[in-house]
Formats: sequence, structure tokens, C-alpha cells
Amino acid sequence: MSITLTSPSYKRIYVWEIPVRLFHWLNAASLIVLMATGYLIGHPATLSHSAEAYQQYWFGNVRFIHFVAGYVFMLNLLIRFYWGLVGNRYARLRTFFPKTKAEIRELWEVLRVDIFEFDRTAHPTVGHNQLASLSYLILFVFSVFQIATGFGLYAAMSDGWVASLFGWVVPVLGGDGATRVWHHGAMWFFVLFTLVHIYIVAYHDYVEGRGTTSSMVGGWKFEREDVLDRKD
Amino acid sequence: MTDPSIWGIMAQKGYSRRDFLQFCTYAAALSGLQSNAVAEVAQQFTTKPRPPVVWLHFQECTCCSESFIRASHPIVADVLLDTLSLDYTETLQAAAGHQAEACLHETMRDHHGDYILLVEGSVPMSADGVYCTIGGRSAEDILKEAAEGAAAIVAWGSCASNGCIQAARPNPTNATPIHKILNRPVINVPGCPPIADVMTGVVTHLLVYGRAPELDSRGRPRSFYGRRVHDTCYRRPYYDAGLFVASWDDENARRGYCLYKMGCRGPVTYNACGVTKWNEGTSFPIQSGHGCIGCSEAGFWDNGPFYQHLAAFPGFGIEATADKVGTVATVATAGALGAHAVWTNVRKHKAIKATIDESVNVTSDS
Repeated sequence: MSITLTSPSYKRIYVWEIPVRLFHWLNAASLIVLMATGYLIGHPATLSHSAEAYQQYWFGNVRFIHFVAGYVFMLNLLIRFYWGLVGNRYARLRTFFPKTKAEIRELWEVLRVDIFEFDRTAHPTVGHNQLASLSYLILFVFSVFQIATGFGLYAAMSDGWVASLFGWVVPVLGGDGATRVWHHGAMWFFVLFTLVHIYIVAYHDYVEGRGTTSSMVGGWKFEREDVLDRKD
Repeated sequence: MTDPSIWGIMAQKGYSRRDFLQFCTYAAALSGLQSNAVAEVAQQFTTKPRPPVVWLHFQECTCCSESFIRASHPIVADVLLDTLSLDYTETLQAAAGHQAEACLHETMRDHHGDYILLVEGSVPMSADGVYCTIGGRSAEDILKEAAEGAAAIVAWGSCASNGCIQAARPNPTNATPIHKILNRPVINVPGCPPIADVMTGVVTHLLVYGRAPELDSRGRPRSFYGRRVHDTCYRRPYYDAGLFVASWDDENARRGYCLYKMGCRGPVTYNACGVTKWNEGTSFPIQSGHGCIGCSEAGFWDNGPFYQHLAAFPGFGIEATADKVGTVATVATAGALGAHAVWTNVRKHKAIKATIDESVNVTSDS
């Protein structure tokens, strides 16, 4: 049994730039607000109150918060798409699409090593690994879908031009009722995504010990020098 | 010989000029016109010959006709049924069989390009249209022939506008709304049935202006379908205040709170029910304590159950909503992640241990 006597040296890599980190946390915050208020809009609590209607406005406020968070969510995503054109190599939009043979091989590799764990070793990557990238691509697709259906529904009650841009979505999906069902159903994707995402981040940090979690705060990840040499 | 005007026929029937002007005012209001348009309405009804009207019936239940003959103002019904005289409508005309068919063809021939075509019911498109034939001809044939020479085409009710109940899944006859069959603009007046006063309003607009009222992207007159039932509902303040009925027999139902949680489709339904109301402005479903079922919306029959806020999730039975499916998926995912965490500690034990062993021991004095 060989025991490593010298610990490998690590290099610090600035992976996530400030716009990426800001996007991440603003996205997380707006998603949590949107899910909470959205769920309440679908399942409002029944308050038995002798109060007259004018004395409270809580449901109106919940809807208002949902609409504001929807704007934040959309603008934030637009800025992220922009940064995907001008940001560093880890922020680029093309990293979200597995294209080359090597990238597709890595996709299978991550499934083999990290998800099904056929392999007993760890398999670190510097930026997003290919499977993670794919999950974010799906997240973006669902985000755009939620923005389109959400603002489509909002168009009926808004004079704003932003909402009216999405007015066409409602007839395509078969009316407000059907659109509402789609919008509500797609919310569950974000619940599942959040669960899996948080778990997988914890998993990588736990198995690889390279600061995966804190990288989204400070931007830094760590990579073994020998691994970097092999890649470059 | 030119046909007499509406006023001409009313005068024959013994209506006074005052009755006539009253009717004109009413008709103008119903069409959503301003009060200064009353003069124009009266002018048109006095001078224009009455336009011939053909009313076709296909896959329908005649509730649109039933609604129409109950229009608020007696003269409205009188004019539109007797005076305006539907040249062809199977349900109400005296003629039958060959006589009726001859009457239809006479109108289409003599008034080619002038008559108003009103269509009630959807058109079955599967099996060459055998599911609805009249006089040995398919509904599609009859519709296309009648549409060819029509000055304007109105789709009465949800059947003709969006297929309604017979187009509900699995739609065995392939019931199709007429705007998908005809290659020209159709005025959609959805509802099961549409409100009588909305129907007369649309017809009045056609008679007065000779063209369609302003329509939205789905071909519906904006003045009647521009707002959701929710936006004109008198219970709306309870919605914003978050005061909801939770069951049909609770205290909140007695107080008349919002029926949102009881599956009311008011927030997703475009119609004038809250304003025009039904049966001479007596009431509308929500006022009677029942939620809106969204009958004027496309596919409303498939978006059930009616007494549930969230529609059934397709493929999982009517009991399963997106939330039930989502909850099961979430619990299953959480379980899978827990299992993965345990499995990671088994499979990756060596790798994790190696990582820990790599850790540099820092002594306090170094």
C-alpha cells in the first residue's frame, strides 16, 4: 500500500467573475421568492376574518411581490446572457452546450464517476463540468419558459410593454387557463433543480475538497498542479 | 324591389317612432357605441334595407339560439328575429326539408356578397364529415358554400369559435372551429352560450357600420371580450384582500367571499358576464354563488375539474394536479439524493480518505 508523503500542490484559479456570482445569488433569491409567492398564489391560505376587505390587501401584496421578483429574475437572466458573450472562458454561453467529442466523453465520464459512481475515484473539473453545464442549459430553457408564460399571463393585467411582448404566448398554449397550468407545473422543475443542485455542490466539496461551495462567494477554485499540467 | 329598412318593417308592425329610437339607443349601447352614435344607428336603420341573415347550425346544442331569443330588450329580439328575419335557420324557421334548402339557396344567390352568415356549432372534419350532414351534404361543404358569398361571418358560441365540448379530448369527430376551416376573417363570439346582449351587440354593429367591430388577436370583439370576468367581478376586492371561500358551506361562502379557491375560472376567462350579466341583467354565475367555469375559453372542458383551482395533470388521472405529481417527484428526488450520499461514503471512501491524508498538518509553532 503506497502512502503519499508529499501533499500535492494546488493552484488558485479565479473561475467565477463578479457578474456570474451576482447573477447566481440574485437568481437564487428571486427564485426562492418566486416559488414561495407563486405557491401562495396557487394555494392561498384561507383567512376567516370579520374584517372588511379594505382592511387588508395581503393577496394583492403577494402577487405584487411575485411580479417584481419576475422582473428581477428576467433582467438578471438577460444580464447573464450578455455576460455569456463577454465574460471569461468559464462564463461563456458556449460552455453550456456539449458539442465536441471530448465534451460529450466528459459528460459520460461525470455520469460514470459522480452520479452512478461506477468509479471509485474523484473526477474534478475547473469550471462547470459538462453534466452541470447541461443542467444549467435546461435551467435556462425553463427560466425562459417561465418568463414567457408568466409575463404572458401578466399581460392581461399590465399596461407595461414588457408584459405585452409576451401576449402571444397565451393563445399558443391554449388560453390563460392552460398557460397558468403550464406556469404552475414548470415551477416544480425549479424545486427539483434546487434540491439536486445544492446536494451536488455539497457532494463535490465533500469528495474533492477544492472549495466548490465557496467559489460562488469568492470566485476561487483550487486545482492540483499536476492535473492542470496534464490539461494544458 | 328593394327590401324595406328595419324602421320600415317596425312601422308596418305598429311600433311608434319613439319605440324605434328607444331601440336604437339600446342597440347603440349594446354595441359599446357612444351616445352620439345613436343618431347614426337610427339613420342606418331607417335608410338601409334590412340585410339578409343566414344562420347555420352544425354540431351544437342550440343554447346559442336559446340565449339569443332572450335578449334583454323585447324589440331587439323582435327586430332580429321577426323584422330582421332570419332567412334561414333550421331551428326557428317555418319551412322545412326541400323548402328550407330552397330558401337558403335563394338567399345565397339573390344576396350574394351581402348577407350576414351566422354559424352556430363546430364542423366535424374526420371521416369526410359524416358526423354532421344536412340534406345529404357535410357541414364543411355547406359552410364553405355559404361563406363564399357572405359579407361577414360570425361564429356563435364556443362550438363555432373554439370547438367547445365536442372538441374536448379525444375529440372523436375532429370537431373544428370554423375559423380554422375558412380562409377569411371570422368574428368569434365564444361562450356556452354567449350572452344574448353580446350577440345582439355584435349583430347591431354589423348592421350599423357594415363591418366587424374591433377584434382581438383571437377574433373576439374587444368591447365584450377585452377584460377578464375577474376584472369586472364584484367580488374582486375579496380576492385582493385574500378573503376566500374554502368550502361551499362555510361562513366565507355565506359572506360572499372570492371563489378563487373553489376553482373559479374568472381570472383566466375573457367575457362580459360581470358587466352585462344574464337574463336582462339579473345575475351571473359568481353572483349566484357559483364559480365561473370559463365556458368562453378555448378548451375549457379539458381544463377541469371545475371545482378545483389547478387543472388535472395530463396523463395522471383527474385527481392528480401538477402539485401532487411535483410533491411525489420532490420526495422521490430527496430520497434518491439521500441514498446517493450514503452510497458516496461507501464507494468513494478511499478517495475521500486519500484527500484527508493529503491534508498538511500544521503545528502550532511552525
